[in-house]
Amino acid sequence: MNVNQHTPMAPPYGQPQPGYGQPGYGQPNYAPLDGGYPAPYAPHNGPASAYHPGIPQQGPARGPPTSGPPPVQAAPQYNQHSSGDIQNGPPPVTQAPPRPPASMQYNQGGVNMSAQQPSFPQHYGPPPTMHQVTNQMTGMHISSGPPTPAGPGYAPPPSSQPPTSSHYGGTPQPSYSQSHPPASSAPSQPPPSSAPAVSQQYYPSSAPPSQQPFNSLPPTSQQRFVSPVQPQQTFPPSSSSSYSGPAPPPTHTSSAPVTQPQQPFLPPQPPFSSAPSGQPPAFTAGPPPPTQGSFPLQAPPPSSQPGSFPPPGPPPSSVASGQYPSSMPPPPQQQPPQSQPPPFHPGPPPPQSQMPPTSIGQSNHQPPGPQGPPSPTGPLQQPPLQQGMPTGYPPQHNGAFGQVRSPQPGYGGPYPGQPNYGAPAPAPQAQKRLDPDAIPSPIQVIEDDKAKTNEPFTTGVRGQAPPLVTTNFQVKDQGNASPRFVRCTAYNMPCTADMAKQSQVPLAAVIKPLATLPPDETPPYVVDHGEGGPIRCNRCKAYMCPYMQFIEGGRRFQCSFCSCVTEVPPHYFQHLDHTGKRVDCYDRPELSLGSYEFLATVDYCKNNKIPQPPAFIFLIDVSYNAVKSGLVSIICQELKSLLDHLPRENPEIDSVIRVGFVTYNKVLHFYNVKASLAQPQMLVVSDVSDMFVPLLDGFLVNVNESRQVIESLLDQIPEMFADTRETETVFGPVIQAGLEALKAADCAGKLFVFHTSLPIAEAPGKLKNREDKKLIGTDKEKSLFQPQAGFYNNLAKECVTQGCCVDLFLFPNQYVDVATLGVVPVSTGGSIYKYTYFQAQSDQERFLNDLRRDIQKPVGFDAVMRVRTSTGIRATDFYGSFFMNNTTDVELAGLDCDKAITVEFKHDDKLSEETGALMQCAVLYTSCSGQRRLRIHNMAVNCCSQLADLYRNCETDTIINFLSKYAFRGVLNNPTKAVRDTLVNQCAQILACYRKNCASPSSAGQLILPECMKLLPVYLNCVLKSDVLLPGADVSLDDRAYLRQLISCMDVAETHVFFYPRLLPLVKLESGALPVAVRDSEERLSKGGVYLLETGLHLFLWVGASVQQELLLNIFGTPSFGQIDSSMTSLPVLENPFSQRLREIIESFRAQRSRYMKLVVVKQEDRAELMFKHFLVEDKSASGGASYVDFLCHMHKEIRQLLS
Amino acid sequence: MSTYQEFIQQNEDRDGVRFSWNLWPSSRLEATRLVVPVSCLFTPLKERPDLPPVQYEPVLCSRANCKAVLNPLCQVDFRAKVWACNFCFQRNPFPPSYAGISEVNQPAELMPQFSTIEYIVQRGPQTPLIFLYVVDTCLEEEDLQALKGSLQMSLSLLPPNALVGLITFGRMVQVHELSCEGIAKSYVFRGTKDLTSKQIQEMLGLMKPAATGPQGRPVAPQDAVASCRFLQPVHRVDMNLTDLLGELQRDPWPVPQGKRPLRSTGVALSVAVGLLEGTFPNTGARVMLFVGGPPTQGPGMVVGDELKTPIRSWHDIQKDNARHLKKATKFYEALANRSAANGHCIDIYACALDQTGLLEMKCLSNLTGGHIVMGDSFNTSLFTQTFQGVFSKDFNGDFRMAFGGVLEIKTSRELKVCGAIGPCVSLNSKAPCVSENEMGIGGTNQWKMCSLTPSSTLGIYLEVVNQHNAPIPQGGRGAIQFVTQYQHSNTQKRIRVTTITRNWADAQSQIQHIESSFDQEAAAVLMARLGVFRAESEEGPDVLRWLDRQLIRLCQKFGQYNKEDPTSFRLSESLSLYPQFMFHLRRSPFLQVFNNSPDESSYYRHHFTRQDLTQSLIMIQPILYSYSFHGPPEPVLLDSSSILPDRILLMDTFFQLVIYHGETIAQWQKAGYQEMPEYQNFKQLLKAPQDDANDILETRFPMPRYINTEHGGSQARFLLSKVNPSQTHNNLYAWGQVRIVHPWGRGFMGSLDSEIF
Repeated sequence: MNVNQHTPMAPPYGQPQPGYGQPGYGQPNYAPLDGGYPAPYAPHNGPASAYHPGIPQQGPARGPPTSGPPPVQAAPQYNQHSSGDIQNGPPPVTQAPPRPPASMQYNQGGVNMSAQQPSFPQHYGPPPTMHQVTNQMTGMHISSGPPTPAGPGYAPPPSSQPPTSSHYGGTPQPSYSQSHPPASSAPSQPPPSSAPAVSQQYYPSSAPPSQQPFNSLPPTSQQRFVSPVQPQQTFPPSSSSSYSGPAPPPTHTSSAPVTQPQQPFLPPQPPFSSAPSGQPPAFTAGPPPPTQGSFPLQAPPPSSQPGSFPPPGPPPSSVASGQYPSSMPPPPQQQPPQSQPPPFHPGPPPPQSQMPPTSIGQSNHQPPGPQGPPSPTGPLQQPPLQQGMPTGYPPQHNGAFGQVRSPQPGYGGPYPGQPNYGAPAPAPQAQKRLDPDAIPSPIQVIEDDKAKTNEPFTTGVRGQAPPLVTTNFQVKDQGNASPRFVRCTAYNMPCTADMAKQSQVPLAAVIKPLATLPPDETPPYVVDHGEGGPIRCNRCKAYMCPYMQFIEGGRRFQCSFCSCVTEVPPHYFQHLDHTGKRVDCYDRPELSLGSYEFLATVDYCKNNKIPQPPAFIFLIDVSYNAVKSGLVSIICQELKSLLDHLPRENPEIDSVIRVGFVTYNKVLHFYNVKASLAQPQMLVVSDVSDMFVPLLDGFLVNVNESRQVIESLLDQIPEMFADTRETETVFGPVIQAGLEALKAADCAGKLFVFHTSLPIAEAPGKLKNREDKKLIGTDKEKSLFQPQAGFYNNLAKECVTQGCCVDLFLFPNQYVDVATLGVVPVSTGGSIYKYTYFQAQSDQERFLNDLRRDIQKPVGFDAVMRVRTSTGIRATDFYGSFFMNNTTDVELAGLDCDKAITVEFKHDDKLSEETGALMQCAVLYTSCSGQRRLRIHNMAVNCCSQLADLYRNCETDTIINFLSKYAFRGVLNNPTKAVRDTLVNQCAQILACYRKNCASPSSAGQLILPECMKLLPVYLNCVLKSDVLLPGADVSLDDRAYLRQLISCMDVAETHVFFYPRLLPLVKLESGALPVAVRDSEERLSKGGVYLLETGLHLFLWVGASVQQELLLNIFGTPSFGQIDSSMTSLPVLENPFSQRLREIIESFRAQRSRYMKLVVVKQEDRAELMFKHFLVEDKSASGGASYVDFLCHMHKEIRQLLS
Repeated sequence: MSTYQEFIQQNEDRDGVRFSWNLWPSSRLEATRLVVPVSCLFTPLKERPDLPPVQYEPVLCSRANCKAVLNPLCQVDFRAKVWACNFCFQRNPFPPSYAGISEVNQPAELMPQFSTIEYIVQRGPQTPLIFLYVVDTCLEEEDLQALKGSLQMSLSLLPPNALVGLITFGRMVQVHELSCEGIAKSYVFRGTKDLTSKQIQEMLGLMKPAATGPQGRPVAPQDAVASCRFLQPVHRVDMNLTDLLGELQRDPWPVPQGKRPLRSTGVALSVAVGLLEGTFPNTGARVMLFVGGPPTQGPGMVVGDELKTPIRSWHDIQKDNARHLKKATKFYEALANRSAANGHCIDIYACALDQTGLLEMKCLSNLTGGHIVMGDSFNTSLFTQTFQGVFSKDFNGDFRMAFGGVLEIKTSRELKVCGAIGPCVSLNSKAPCVSENEMGIGGTNQWKMCSLTPSSTLGIYLEVVNQHNAPIPQGGRGAIQFVTQYQHSNTQKRIRVTTITRNWADAQSQIQHIESSFDQEAAAVLMARLGVFRAESEEGPDVLRWLDRQLIRLCQKFGQYNKEDPTSFRLSESLSLYPQFMFHLRRSPFLQVFNNSPDESSYYRHHFTRQDLTQSLIMIQPILYSYSFHGPPEPVLLDSSSILPDRILLMDTFFQLVIYHGETIAQWQKAGYQEMPEYQNFKQLLKAPQDDANDILETRFPMPRYINTEHGGSQARFLLSKVNPSQTHNNLYAWGQVRIVHPWGRGFMGSLDSEIF
């Protein structure tokens, strides 16, 4: 919606002044438009005029709506809904306006263009510049946001369609119509009857109805339409002109227009932009208005809409307005818009109308600008957008949209939100962009989720999505695995493969099998089924779990995965109660819980031997670089104390893990630290081409027994190599050495490799320096992510076979080819840590904390994970740090508490709504005490035959986790650009599918986002902008490879904060609660403030240039900005509550993440700020990544292309 | 004139030379008819306490291909201050330093009594001796402890400036760095991988990329001393090394049931050779290998680690069933040649109850002049004392060992050099005096002996090339000059020159003289060496047949007999013992492999081809002494008839020393008569052979196995197996063996009784 609006706006702007003013609406405008933005509009106009014909096409295309033709009917009801297009068609005016926006922006993107093309091209061909388009697009997007609501709109809120429908039967429609219409209109030529929206609008506009469409379009369409219509009429014309201009030209004009309009009409534009941006809001507004006016009920719907697409409703209106404004520039337009809004408002219930109008009005009005009415409305609208809606609508939503939390939140405030909309609008105005505040805000969503979650999450209900990862909540295991272990992208799986394919929503689960639980949750119980081992299904070998059905009085059980019936072993027999449940159901974790562990019997051990306790081997680079940087002595010093903290299950008992030490440069030095020796012995192995372990006895020792020798060794190592001049290192043989040592000792274990440089010494696994940044952006770019030689792959395989996990700590001063060095760690379930330009002073703390954590964290060895599913779906792909020999077994030489594995599921049959889909993840591993165990996580999700259910029960964070892993694996084999495009496409398809199948009809220009996925675009943009997919000039190949591998094993919480960093304003710090985060945009930073930004890897403290002295004193103990030492890595300890709290916060952040974050103090306008800005992901990035707003527009364009 | 006996003795004492013939037949034809070639046993470093070395350089003949050293046989023109080379007749001026020469002021080398003279020369830097211990750690704990003790003890025997190194091996090979403090550091090599010398040096960090001289010439030894961390002066690392040895553990790798421990002897040696090659080429160095079992993995593997596969026996070898034999032998030969080329010698101290692969490894010592010592355990006095014997010192307090010896032989024109048999390798020097006819290691007139002891003896085989009809200068004498350059154990470079001369005799007219000049002892040893040398490469029966034929031909030539009448057979005194030697030789372990393992055969042959004449004779024909109340100790026939109840016998076979108490004596001893004061004489009788044995034990290297047994004792077999079984009832088996060897049984050779024989 917004988009539409925007577009319109744009066109209006661009052209408006010159073109519009002069020409009239359509053609004249176009002409001018051609010049710049106008062009787009011009086209639109053109289209409008010319388009009628053209439009139709679109119309049809989009909507089957052609049905629209029935427009008449549609017009009223349908318009609102999906039919919008066609319907729109009828009401040219209305359509026109909405469309223009959407179409304009989007059109530019693509389809619209084509659709409209004929006419447009001619007219606008030139004008529409990509940029413009994009701008418009952005605008569009925003609006789109709202549209979604529209989608839902059908149902009131997108998500809560049902409700909407119920509630809105009437209202929704209006809103929908609006939203839809806009969209549709946008694409299609607005003016002419042509397509739905545009035509509608236009027509309406031209005719009274058109106007109506605008304001009421969506919402009221029917009801209010009438009234609005008239006003609209005025609008229509204007709108039509502008719209047509914008809409038709949509793409071209829109972009151009938008910008143009904005400028020209800043005021109006803002509205528009806002509208667009706010479109969502607008939509909401839109809806709201209608609701307000005609349908209080609607209001709710809108809210819902808002949630998804607040804009939609409003958008139309806003669009209209926007467009109008743009086009309007000329007085007439303004008037119209004004009038329009008013009309609408008025038309509908005045107040309501105002509300909606506001939103609409704002956009519209503002654009038009001018008009006072709009402005007032504007404000209103703004709030509605997000806040307003929420507040106002929450209840409604709730009622209507139980599901739609997000919408609620987002819109909860809708009404109030409207103001928001307005607010955003303004900003956009200035920028010619959508109002960032109007587009779905991650912060809002997060905060709303927090607010909503106040009681423990119980896992007993199938298909229930858990709270977001950013929310603190307690979990009660009632039969499904805790979200801390398993998170799914969708908790309602489509029943059929077709549906799944249509929706494109990835079906995946992110599993973190050994996740650490908070202290208030019980770790999985250990179940011992005796000598026979765990009870399992005879056929599919699924482990006993709560889903098993006991039959025949408990003598047998039926596997719910494969339906096979298995005898219950006598020792496990138990009677059933009257409900068919075993009497001991609640006494047995495996019958009542989602997660638990089995003790494995010897049958589950390698070679049928009880495993030896695992071993840790430390392999330390002692080449010149390592010694000189002080690394060697740091490690040795630290190890002395760390060895007392090896993982153990019972803190009372000494760890059984044995340790061994190796140092190396070009050759390897093993150490014999047998307890009986007075001095350690060093064994040098120079034959690196054929690595072997030179000693057996005395290499792996018990720390306590050999403590003295070990300490002596660790004391001597730094001395021994103090004068080394050896700069070359080997790497392959180092891992081989550790592997051989483990083999010799016949145990699993972990290698800690501390390495500094590219291994260029003659040895297996020798690497060339292949750093070649010229390859970036070419088809060969993928080779940079691929390992140089197959050697490490084979080595990794061997490691996995032995259960040898490798953790790699890198301290490079230059290119070390992480892509290759990382192969083994990644394949063995290990971790890579990288400390570029390591300096003892500044990096020591980070390194040591990482090391400590890495050594101490709970870990399992020699693990095999298998995911079993119920009939109908199948785990087809796995992402993470592991190795797979076949298609089902995930082999992990090591598995620690921070590693997550993403599993993708595909249909291989139909699922039933009744039984849902089950999955059981079993991880067989050796615990750190050497015990063989099976950890089982069970998860059941619902199945749905309605796509809407799918969209209502999915989790964007998890989807992003999946998509990022999917993409980051994709870069191995595909050009980066192709991967990016694929991502965008998939998202567009997801959203388009929703739009097409779930959202209520609305203008094609409306961007309608499902409530649960309204953050998808922003997050996806973050993924696209990540250093892996879009590297900046200063990002080294190593960094990219490092990040790529790092993300492959992140869980949802980590990817979330990684892609959308947490930015906290440090103003008032109250104990107990964190300040509410702000969005990652420079606009949100106040020069007078101090902000803390956390990504899971980095921690920045940003200090504004004109920061308050008090803050400085509190934090740094200095009154002057200039005196802040930006090289500090920890804050001074000051005795004031603020400082204390701040440090607490920092500590708590660090404690939350698996890696220690070094604190970097960034002073505004300091050089380091560039790096900091890199993490303001809603902004345009230096490397060319789109801003959120721009991307949203782009996304909208894509969606429209898909829809047309 | 003294007898030939005295002459021979005198010559041996003065020059260390024993010729088979002390009169040389004047033509090639006559020489071949003599059957036993003109040859000699030469002991290059024969101890000459009475021979002070001179401190100047020898004067050489200026002819490029002669370079003979000025000697008493040269004609000197004192006035013209020129001398004529007696080999090439080149006239050479004396060097300026001989300006004062005159008939009354002659330099030592011109005096007849200095036919053997030793020069001390200043050439190149003096480098300390190098001892590199290569120690097997796959030993029984007891053995290892004993070995460690011996090694630690040996440190105190080394000259303080000597360089020592330590390599230990088992499954892996460890080269220990000796100069480090604190942490004991060692370089480890995998026991299964053959590495080139270059790789080894690289891996040991011995390559100095920048400092490599032109053409990669080896680093000067001086630098090497400073740079090599593995070879350090004893005085500096004494403590370290002692501790290191003390901490030496048995190879920790588990040995599964039914397996042999994995022992990487081949790689260990390869590393040792490579290490020395890289650091101290052409410097006297001694690699001392201590093994307690056969190499079981890697290059040089002799037997697999499966216990169910026994180590090869002669039977397997004959059947060509010894899988690893050829490969291993080739490997060790290559090593030996490398080592020899660099002047490093390799000792093998093998102590195990089973074989240790000496057969394959023998060339290491044979080609480099190293010792081989074989024992049952390191925990025996046999080993410990033998090992100490290695470090025995002469009257000057110097080690009885020399390094890097090069023996060059120059002959007068009538003679050519066919070859040499002994602990040496050919230097392939093609001088004019080299014969095409090779005997032993031939084709050269220069040989390298990486290590020499005063007793190291070479058999040198010559050829008379004078044509039958060519006149011999009447009263003319043939001359041979042995020039031995070596590094003395005190690190001096020395040159010992021995020039000997013998008269030519016309074999037709002077056959009697020639016959009487026959040195049957020397001839027996020389022929035995030839036989042993052949036995290394030929089938046993062929060698025996060859020996027999030679003997027959000799007897035909010199014997007096009536046809068809065996009893009429007579040999002159100078040949009378020769057939007896041959008889025992045929039965000796040097030629007979029956009842000996391949390792034992190798061991015996090794010693046989390097000991001096006396010892060699003992090996051929053990000495048997008899002690009784009937008179003073007397040597008796090595015959079963010598075994009497009231006698104590002492048999010395070189390798064994057996004291055998006759039945009565044994009973007396059991009855404890020796403890009774009134039977002091009996006690003395018992003690006498022991004293004699101890004398032998003290001087003999390697220490013989000392066996004290009695009539009926199990160990008596050592005696019984050696004596001529004239009256034996239980030696049929041995007889049969001999018969098998002689299926063609011919004439007297068929009967094996030496008396009849």
